[in-house]
Amino acid sequence: MTPHESTSGGSSTRFDPWYDHYAHRTAGLSASEVRALFAVASRPEVVSLAGGMPYVSALSPDLVTSSLERVMRDSGPTALQYGSGQGTPELREHILEIMALEGIRGSVDDVVVTTGSQQALDLVTKLFIDPGDVILAEAPSYVGAIGVFRSYQAEVAHVMMDEDGLIPQALRETIARLQAEGKRIKFLYTIPTFHNPAGVTLTWERRLEVLEICKANDILVLEDNPYGLLYFDTPPPHAMRSIEEDGVIYLGSFSKTFAPGFRVGWALAPHAIREKLILANESATLCPSSFSQFAITEYLRSSDWKGQIDAFRDVYRSRRDAMLSSLQEHLPEMEWTVPNGGFYVWLRLPSTLDSKEMLPRAVKELVAYTPGTAFFADGGGRQMMRLSFCYPNEETIRTGIRRLTSVINGELELLKTFATSGPVVTGQVPAVEPVHVTSPPPNIN
Amino acid sequence: MDEFTPSSVLILAGGISHERDVSLRSGRRIADSLRSQGVTVELRDPDATLFAYLESRQPDVVWPALHGAGGEDGSLRGLLDFVGVPFVGSRADASRMAWDKPTAKALVSRASVPTPRSIALSRDTFRDLGAVNVLDRISAELSGPVVVKPAQGGSAQGVTIVDDPADLATAMVHAYRYGDVALVEQKIAGTEISVCVIDTGDGPVAVSPVEIEPISGFYSFEARYNAGETRFYTPARISDEVAARASEAAITAHETLRLRHISRMDFMVDGAGTPFFLEASVMPGLTETSLFPRALEVAGHDVGWAYLALCQAALRDARA
Repeated sequence: MTPHESTSGGSSTRFDPWYDHYAHRTAGLSASEVRALFAVASRPEVVSLAGGMPYVSALSPDLVTSSLERVMRDSGPTALQYGSGQGTPELREHILEIMALEGIRGSVDDVVVTTGSQQALDLVTKLFIDPGDVILAEAPSYVGAIGVFRSYQAEVAHVMMDEDGLIPQALRETIARLQAEGKRIKFLYTIPTFHNPAGVTLTWERRLEVLEICKANDILVLEDNPYGLLYFDTPPPHAMRSIEEDGVIYLGSFSKTFAPGFRVGWALAPHAIREKLILANESATLCPSSFSQFAITEYLRSSDWKGQIDAFRDVYRSRRDAMLSSLQEHLPEMEWTVPNGGFYVWLRLPSTLDSKEMLPRAVKELVAYTPGTAFFADGGGRQMMRLSFCYPNEETIRTGIRRLTSVINGELELLKTFATSGPVVTGQVPAVEPVHVTSPPPNIN
Repeated sequence: MDEFTPSSVLILAGGISHERDVSLRSGRRIADSLRSQGVTVELRDPDATLFAYLESRQPDVVWPALHGAGGEDGSLRGLLDFVGVPFVGSRADASRMAWDKPTAKALVSRASVPTPRSIALSRDTFRDLGAVNVLDRISAELSGPVVVKPAQGGSAQGVTIVDDPADLATAMVHAYRYGDVALVEQKIAGTEISVCVIDTGDGPVAVSPVEIEPISGFYSFEARYNAGETRFYTPARISDEVAARASEAAITAHETLRLRHISRMDFMVDGAGTPFFLEASVMPGLTETSLFPRALEVAGHDVGWAYLALCQAALRDARA
């Protein structure tokens, strides 16, 4: 196909001469109206409860600047050079120290530094997934993971959750069903601590049980833990990797505890997998950013980084409280999760509403959220939405919830107007009823 | 180059409408094209600093490349006119008329250009008269497939093609999420075409009609902005006679709505070769997958030159 193919009437174009050349796995890579609607979230008038941007302004600019200056002064030529595909040994030592806070013990040799933990997710999926292989994931699951899984043509099977995280019995049943169908399950992808988007945490007892189930069925566990250190009230249970070494690949990140702009994360993997991860990492990017690794190493070496994480906790705790109290004030009849850490509240709307369909109305009312469908690979989640409290301040969050209330009420009124005309279809009904995390409305004093 | 050649152009893109993303893409493409003509271009999102900026920098011309509310409804254009800033595109009153689809249809229809039978209804009408009653009446009057769309707005946002009357309520609800008034229009079976109109000072000229053939069958938002999802034929695969009729109708619509410099008219051509006016756009999309630049290119125009000529026309109009 050429850009200007001749026809009897003149010429035709599809504006992409390579349209028929793309790989099948790119099928989902297209601009959508929902994505375009999110463009307004960058306007200052809009309260965005959509994105998961860490509040990096809580970092001391002087501290970051002095770290960067020291990197250039003391290690400039090395920091600006290519580095190892595994990451610098110094940073990997620090990473061990950080993981120890969540009960993880490992070898510096088994840590692979990546370009954000998102790249680690991509590499692990690349290593294990052939088209049609099954990945188990919570219902809902991280939108960025679903995108990666889709790009490798995996089949994502969602597993039910409740307020205590993944439900072991549901996991057993899902595995049994898939095995009976002859499907090949490669790994369980889980965010056990301060789940994105659900905000809940897998209990210690369930961690043990989930690991046992996976071990019994030869299923690898991919534990994604970017939020574990950002607890508000009590520390969460130790990481699943602290219990099981051989069957767990652990993903960590500096994006939430320091800054996402450096794009540094890591994987801690059993050594055979680690070897392949390093090779895959070199193949993908040659090496993670040397400069970012040096900068983070210097920051960890010379600053009170644990104190900084405490400061982040204080900020996010206060914002969570603002969101929960505002929900309680304006939407007491709804259900939502009460996170003890992380960035997100998961809200359930009245059954007639569809959060994706409602988004244009929200744009008009100058508030943005993430529709629940983003977190399901099977079209579920229409009744749900993710609300982020990490970036806007308390007052802005309260304004956002007020506006969201108006959006919901407007939508309910519209549907009521048409209710007598028969069923108004607000979206396709998912093949499998999605299971959502619920909890009683919080008691906020 | 003449005395009306601007040395600096401010492009306003973005805004806060549903079409913000499209506007940003249009703005960047206009900027690239004008820079290729040696013009100094700045791209800005209109905000509270706009008028202070205009006062301090005094660009020769402003190009409001804003789609949707705020951009095409005339508000910003009225202010630019009010403070005496030359700008590309239609003035406020004309923009307001063209932006509102029922108004544009009524005016263009009076000028003897056919337009599909339709009715515009506010949300309150359904509430006050009972949704069932109103829906039944619509289905009785507009038999066959209909198109439901918000009365204002573009990029097919909120638009549904309804083949089964049972789906009409859902389509109305969808449209009302974008605005308080919706238009229900008889769907014309045939060929979908757009005619771009450009006026650089010598009167409006219709560029050869472009035929739109979405792969999915519906020229949706996704079909518009994902390269490859729609095939465009230039010229359209219609007879010369029908093409001339469509061009004439486009000029009539442009003049009837008192549009200026640039517009795009959308039509459905039925089996008998009659072009039915659907809607006008006072700020057509100028993205990499948009019709307007494509039509200009195929007609042999250099897009950069054409955009510069529009800026010159804006300057000439302001000094007239």
